[in-house]
This record gives sequence, C-alpha cells and structure tokens, in this order.
Amino acid sequence: MRIPESWLREWVDPTLDTRALADRLTLAGHEVDAIESHGDGLDDVVVAEVLAASKHPDADNLTVCRVATVGDAVQVVCGAPNVRVGMKGAFVPVGATLPDGSRIKRRKIRGVESNGMLCSERELGIGDDTDGIIELAADALPGTRLTRLLQLPDHVLELNLTPNRGDCFSIRGIAREVAALTGARLNPQSSSAVQPVNGASRQATRSVIIDDTDACPRFAGRTVHGFDPRARTPYWMTERLRRCGIRSIHPVVDVTNYVMLETGQPLHAYDADRLRGAIRPRFARKGEAVTLLDEREITLSTDTLVISDDSGPIGLAGIMGGLTTAVTADTVNVFFEAAFWPQAVVAGRARAYGLHTDASLRFERGVDPAGQAQAVERATQLLLDVAGGEPGPLVDQCHADSLPLNPWIELRRERLASLLGTRLADEQVTAILNGLGLAFDETQAGWRVKAPSFRFDLQIEADLIEEVARVYGYERIPETTESAALPLRPVTEQRVDLERISQTLVARDYCEVVTYSFVDVESNRRFTGSDTELELSNPISSEMSVMRGSLLPGMLKVAATNLARQQARIRLFEIGTSFHGSLVEPVEVQRLAGLALGPVVPEQWGNIPRDAEFFDIKSDIEALLAMSGAGTRVTFEPSEHPALQPGQTARIVRNGQVVGLAGKLHPAAGRWFDIDAEVMLFELDLQPAFAAEIPCAVAPSRYPSVRRDIAVVVDNDVAAEQLINVVLSAAPDIIRQVVIFDVYRGPGIEAGRKSVALGLILQETSRTLTDDDADTATLAAVRGLQRELAAILRE
Amino acid sequence: MQSVAELVQLAKSEIDSADTLAALDAVRVSYLGKKGLLTDRLKDLSRLPADQRPAAGQEINQAKKSLLSDLEARRLVLDDLALQAKLQSDRIDVTLPGRGASVGGRHPVMWTMSRIEKIFVQAGFGVRTGPEIEDDFHNFTALNIPENHPARAMHDTFYFPGGKLLRTHTSPVQIRSMVQEGVPIRIIAPGRVYRCDSDQTHTPMFHQVEGLVIDRGTSLANLKAVLHQFVESFFERPAELRFRASYFPFTEPSAEVDVLWEEDKWLEILGCGMVHPNVLQNAGIDPEEFTGYAFGMGVERLAMLRYGVSDLRTFFDNDLRYLRQFH
Repeated sequence: MRIPESWLREWVDPTLDTRALADRLTLAGHEVDAIESHGDGLDDVVVAEVLAASKHPDADNLTVCRVATVGDAVQVVCGAPNVRVGMKGAFVPVGATLPDGSRIKRRKIRGVESNGMLCSERELGIGDDTDGIIELAADALPGTRLTRLLQLPDHVLELNLTPNRGDCFSIRGIAREVAALTGARLNPQSSSAVQPVNGASRQATRSVIIDDTDACPRFAGRTVHGFDPRARTPYWMTERLRRCGIRSIHPVVDVTNYVMLETGQPLHAYDADRLRGAIRPRFARKGEAVTLLDEREITLSTDTLVISDDSGPIGLAGIMGGLTTAVTADTVNVFFEAAFWPQAVVAGRARAYGLHTDASLRFERGVDPAGQAQAVERATQLLLDVAGGEPGPLVDQCHADSLPLNPWIELRRERLASLLGTRLADEQVTAILNGLGLAFDETQAGWRVKAPSFRFDLQIEADLIEEVARVYGYERIPETTESAALPLRPVTEQRVDLERISQTLVARDYCEVVTYSFVDVESNRRFTGSDTELELSNPISSEMSVMRGSLLPGMLKVAATNLARQQARIRLFEIGTSFHGSLVEPVEVQRLAGLALGPVVPEQWGNIPRDAEFFDIKSDIEALLAMSGAGTRVTFEPSEHPALQPGQTARIVRNGQVVGLAGKLHPAAGRWFDIDAEVMLFELDLQPAFAAEIPCAVAPSRYPSVRRDIAVVVDNDVAAEQLINVVLSAAPDIIRQVVIFDVYRGPGIEAGRKSVALGLILQETSRTLTDDDADTATLAAVRGLQRELAAILRE
Repeated sequence: MQSVAELVQLAKSEIDSADTLAALDAVRVSYLGKKGLLTDRLKDLSRLPADQRPAAGQEINQAKKSLLSDLEARRLVLDDLALQAKLQSDRIDVTLPGRGASVGGRHPVMWTMSRIEKIFVQAGFGVRTGPEIEDDFHNFTALNIPENHPARAMHDTFYFPGGKLLRTHTSPVQIRSMVQEGVPIRIIAPGRVYRCDSDQTHTPMFHQVEGLVIDRGTSLANLKAVLHQFVESFFERPAELRFRASYFPFTEPSAEVDVLWEEDKWLEILGCGMVHPNVLQNAGIDPEEFTGYAFGMGVERLAMLRYGVSDLRTFFDNDLRYLRQFH
C-alpha cells in the first residue's frame, strides 16, 4: 500500500518527521519498505494562466502564448498539443531552474522570443506523462507556487501490510494507526449525506434484491444522473491517485478508486443505462460465464458470488466488475455500488480465477461493515464536484443479523503481565485501548474489551495482548532469560554422529554440496530404475519435477558443472533425503552420497598421477563404516545397477544387511550428464549404515605374532574375499589377519588365472607361537585353498 | 725391534690419518687385534725374565689404553664428520609443496545450520526433524492457517496430486513434536523447506531452523532474551536487535527481528512470536496452563550475513572453488 505523506497528514499530523513516522509504523507492524520522494526542486514553479495562444509563424507544432502569473504577462513558445487559452499550467520563469538542474533562459525559438516554459509532468519529475503540459485545476490562482498547490515536495511511504490488518489498506486506516501510536489527534474528514435532487430524471431507485443475506449483509448504492461525460478528473485527484500507484482512467472510475484509497471501501460504478432490471447478488449457477472489465471471459464455479441483473452475471462480487455494464466515455448515468462481502464468501475466490485486484485484496482481509453508505455519499459528492449530475436517493440495505459481530473479550491483567514478561500500569493499558478505539469496561481481573467494526483481527485475549504490546512498543519489553529444567541428556554412541561423518569426508578431500531435492523424471528413472509417483503438480521447471529417489543424479550434475569450469579433480558428498513410496504413503530416507573423479591427489611433484578408481572410494566408505564399531563386518558384493558399470559395481553389506552401493558410472550413463570421465559413486542409507555398536574392549595378546607369506595362483573369478575366508577358517584360533599384498596377472601366469600374495599374521593369546605351530597353520591354509579354490601354491 | 713407545708413536700417526671408520678399525686390528703388533708384545712377555715382566706388562697395558682412547676419540671425530656429510647431502628445499591429499570443505549452509544447532543445544534445546513431504494439516491447518486464509498466499506451495505438499516451513515439526512429546518442550527443528519461487533472491528450496519452547509462564521477555543471546553467539559480537510487530497466523503476538548491521541499516534475520493458543489447542495443550514461544530463521540468510555472501544462488551452484573456502 502506497501512502502519500501529504494526504496522510491531512488526517493526522503527528510531530514526527517522515523518517520517524516511518519507523514508528514499521515497529508497530506496518513495515515501511521504502520512502519515495516526489517533487523535490520545484520551488520556482508557479501556476500560470494562458491568456492567448496563436500558431507559431514558422512551425506548425509550436504555439506562441501569452502567459500570466502575478506580474505582467510574458510571451512563451510552447510545443505541447494541449495548450489552449484559459488553461492553467505549471510555469517556470526565466532565471529559474528545473529539478534536473537546467536553468531557464530567455531565448528565441524559430525566431520568436520565449520567456519561460510551460512544463509536462516528466519535465518536473512528478510523473511520466510527456504527451502534453500539466493542466492544473481551473480555479488555481495564477502565481501560486506549484509546491503549495500540489502539496509538494511529498513522500510516499510504501507499506508492506500484513494480511490480518485489512483495516489498514486506506489513508483513513493508517491515519487511525498513527493516531493510536503517536497520540496525535485524528481529524475527522466529514462526508455529509448528499441530498437527492427532487424531480431528478428517472427518479426511481435502482432496486437491489438480496436473497442470501449471509453472503451480502450490506449493500449501498446510488444512481447519479446526467453528469458531464466530457468532464476531466481534476489534477489534484489524478496526482493523488498517481502517488498511490493508480492510473487515472475516467472521472467516475477515478472517484471510486479515490474513495477506496481514502476509506478502504472498494466501490464499483455501473453504467446505469446498461443495467437490466434489479441488481441481485447471488451465487453463480453451474455453467454461467461472465466477461470481466479486463475483457477476460471466465466460467464461474458455483461457490462464486456474482452480481447479476436480468441479463445474468455482471460482475464478481468483491473482485471485479463485468464488461457489459462498465462505464465508458459515453456514460452519463452511473450507479455506484459499495457492498460488504464477508471474508468467508470471497476468500480465495480471486486466486482461483488467477485474479488479484485492489477490491479482492481488501475484502479478503476484511472491510468495515459500517462504511458502505458513507463511501457512496463520498463518491457522490466527489462526482458532483468533478462532473456535476443529479443524485438519486441512497440505497442502503443492511441485514444487521448477518453482519459480523465483534465479541467482548476478557483481558486479564495477570495474563497480560505473564505473557509479556512485564507489568504495565493500568493507566497505560487503558490509554492504549482508548487510542485504538476499543470499547472496554473494567472488571475484577482486568478489562472487558470489544473491537470496533473495522477490526477483524481482535477475537481472543492473545490478540488484545499483542495490541497492547505493539502500541506499548516491543522495544520496551525487557529481556529476561527464562529458568528451565536442564536435565543432562545422553551423548549417544549408538549412532555415528553426522557431524563426524562430514568431517571425516572433508578430511578425506570431499567437498560437501547441497543439491535440490527435485530432479527431472529421466535422471530419476535412470538411477532408480523406475518412475516415481512423487511428481509435483506445480514444478518450477521440468528439470525439477520429481522428488529424487537417489542423491546421485544431483551429484553428477554438480560434477558436470564443475568439469565445465575446468575442475578436473572432483570429490563431492551430500547428506540429504531421498524420497520413495507412494503419494499416499511417501517414505523419506536419509542418505549419504559421494562422488570421486580425476586424480587421487592434487597435481604434485614426486608422485605418479593416478585417477580415482573403485578401491579409492571403497577405502573412504570403509573408513566411514569403521566408525560404527569394531565389531562391524562390512562386505562389498558384486552387484548390478542400471547406471553403473557391470563388473565395477558392488552392494555394500554391513552385518548382513544391504546399506548402500558403490561403483563406477556406466560410460553410457556418463553421456546423459555430458561427463566424459571415469566417475566413482557411492550412496549409503544413513540409518542402517551408521547404527553404531559400543566398543567392547579386548586386551591385545602379550605374545609376539609371526608372519608367513604365501602366493597362490587361482582363477580370475575367485574373489579376494573368498581367499581370505578360506585362509581364516583353516586355523581360526591362530590366523588373526590376512593381508593381500599383491595381485598379479601377466607373463608367467597362465591366461585366466592370477597370482595372489597373502600375508598371514598368526598369534596365540596364551602362549608364544612356535615355528611348528605357524607352519602347521599355514599348511592348513594352503590345503584349504587347494581344496576349495583349486589354488596352486607358487614356490 | 721397535720399542713399545715407537709402536705407539706409529699407531697414533696411523689413527690420525685414518679418514674412515673402516680404516680406523683396520688400525685397531693391526695393533690391538688378536694378531696385532701390541698384542704380540703381550704374548712375548712370558719370554722376558720374571723380574722385568711387571714393568714391561705395565708399559704395554698403558700403551694399549692410550691407543684405545685415541681410537675412540678419532671414532667420534669420524662419526661426526659422517653425520655432517649425511646432513649435508640430505638437505631439501622446504619450500617445495607438501605431498598427498588436500582437504575438502563443508557446505556453508550446512555448516551454518550445524553452528546454529550447537548454540541452541548448549541451552538445553533438543534437535528434532520431520518429513519434508507434509500434509495440509501439519503445514497449515494445525498452525492456524485455515484454507483460503490470505496467509496461504504468502507461502507459494509445491503440491502433489492428491493434496500432499512440500513443507513451506519447518513449523510442522512443532506440531508433531508437541503431540509426540507433550510439554514442557524445548526444541529446534532444522531442515529443508520449499517454496514455489525462483529468482535472484529466492530459491525453490532453502533451509530453516525452527525453535519452540513451551512451559509454564514462558513470556515474550524470555523470547527476546534467547534471540538476543543467539544472535550475539552466532555472530560472536555484541549486537543490537529490533523487535518489530508483525503477523504470523501461528503466533500472537508476533514479531520480526532485525539486527543493526551497519550504521542505520537494519537487516531482517528472523520471525518469532508467542505460540498462538489455537496452535497449542491443536496439539492438545491447554493454553491456560502453558505458554510458549516459537521462532524461525532462514539459514541461508544467516550464512550470507556471516560470510559476506551477496548472491543467494551461489549456495546452490556448488562450485568447488567456492566451497573449498569453508573448511
């Protein structure tokens, strides 16, 4: 809402400068987003009357005028098409300056002397109109300073109003607030009833029939006959509308907008000659349509309240009027409507039709049910002033039973003190209630309070407490640290701390990323192998339309962007949600995903470069899972995945449960993301992967260990894990650990076979192991390998 | 035959000229070894008349002792020379870059969220999470935002067919926690939230931390204190705060909090208020007995202020060169 300060100060004039006024409003909940300056540097501009005008002898589009201010008339050459004898314009005399700093000089224009300048809005920096010179009110006194006439310079306060305060969407509403907040007196702007002109043509009252009084508890209106269709909206009014951000359209429309801005009551004006029969607010019937003022035709749903006449719907109640009965340049008889549409009847309707109007904004937030007749009187009065005409009688249908009634609310002294954490004196409270125009009685516990009709937000005690606090000033409420029970809570070791997981990955060279939870359908399908039901109805774009079933597509997109930015070495991880299940029962799983591509270490001297491969991320995963307890048994089992390369993909099994997967991106999948690099990926489900076991201490053996190395030749498809398992089970009490320290394929080993070198660490817990013991155990291991895996011992 | 003295003389000159440990050892062997010259003299003692033996023996032992001491002295010299030579040859250019892996970095938003959590956990707040796909009840209705309420227009909501939605704030966690745990309660709820809005200052996904305290006698004065302390803890400096009246359907009174950033420049950092009685009732709590406060802050906003980030969108750009700044 844009509030011109000059207009506001006609209503209430506190002894605060603009800035202080804006701050006061901001702190009280009416945030001033900006303060706009209007009409600075116009001190030299005065009202001038054009006494004579004749064509320039040498230029068709120039006029030579005689222009009078206070002194003698001067000759001025003017290029505006709208200059004419008798008009009042904004004049800058010779020697004065324009707001842009340029100085007006006496000069010759096409050989004719010009002594000053008649200005357009643009030239004075008070508007955008460049089509012609400003036309001031006919009664403006020549010689008057423009700044005085137009209340300049002015400021426009741009208020960001909250939706609970419908009553503040007007000059009057903000003025009431300023009065309550500053104690300044509110100047009542009288709007006296307009007497109908007896014997006015077509005197009959327009009849209004209200069937559903709950939907339309109050409807005021009046016909004004025979106004002058050529009348122009006075400059002061268009100027105020402009400062409020509303364009001048037509005197009748301007008047309705002006009254809405002033009082907060939206009005609609119909061309009375285009109305057919009685005006009838009612809910739309199935299949009905209406063409709105903006020439959009909409099909109505039956929960929409319309205004109708005998021809059908002629407007959407509280939103926008219809085209068929709109005021046009030829209109001479007008019917003003000011109704009260309850919030519940209009709420959400405008949005449902993709509309958002000044009227719907106000009705949805609440319009004073007591202001309709007054608004019609005000509009009538203004129209008569601007364009003449004969007013008919006022229509004012009011169904008091259906009007909203503010309740009496108890405001308890103790509750006020305990909720705010400070105690206000009774006089402070009553002064605030008074200032806000609230009715109240004193009671034993405090007060019984009732809000005026224009407040829709004061229904319960907490609402009143907020009012008191707001006007009192939040800044005056002390800061008091609460005392609360602070029981000590366990620091769990039953889960690996996420923070520790992140820090470990960071220490291992990974950068944390945050990617969107929604991805495109295609990537999601490629990584999950199926389509998800979890598709947004209103995505930002198709790139972000389904909830991700894996974090990996997001990681790959980040990798691709970074590759494009010449980052050849990429390590990423993300901790976030992946989404599964159905629309009815969505399932959210917390996951950790990682990606590695490019050299294992940054480019450096004395190190042979090598790109990351499966075993590098495997070691990272093992390091992470190792944090979940010494007893954790993690295995990587060959597996398959639609986006990973066959033969380089594993599911990760922890204590018998699958907790994730790791592998190399399938080269074909790389192309989907424009990645031409070998990419290693992993993804873990946090819950099962990082449930931790509390370590149970085992004392290390005090006896020395013995090492025996053996090398065996086995088929290529014998897994390292199989070798290890066979060795360990050969002498489980003695062979503590098996290290694979070499794997070799090539000359000396037949095709399809490989040589694997194993180091056996043997140890007893109760005695020193003898050579014989070690030899026996090693032999058992070799036998086992020969028997179970057809291994051949290399001598 | 040379006298013992002459032998000693000779040996000493050989020791002095030995320039390696091996040469030195050869000298030792040639005089003091099993067949060394001095050892031989000791063996010859028996051939001397008995009365001369003690004197001769003593002379030889003296000589032996003297040679051993010289050998040891020379050895120390040679050791030291060898060490010096090794040190010289081992010299490296310490300005060459270190080898091995580098370190990565935390994402500034996640890191900020983690700092916020730590600050509140110190003050006894528990950390709670909730689903990101929410229902209308928890995201709106229970929070006193009925259907068609104009406040819903403030939340540009992502919907799924059938009515589920992506939570627009972490406030639903308030409701879930109050219902599950009852009161008194003292929690924060960090997490991702979503709004259907994307431009220079909005991303369709961002992060919030919601706070909720419900107890007997909890007041607005308590809320002011906790938030002031939070802001000062977060920025690690004294801060001036401004509580502005505002409107949220789920709190009453409501306020927005600005921090004085530069002279005369207030920046909005969070929203807060006293929990609306309807919200308490929706969670089965008697608002006469219990009152409480709630607050919600945008994590990106705080991270931007803390780290001087001017464009929100850089957080979701995930440029490695950018991320590595936040270790």
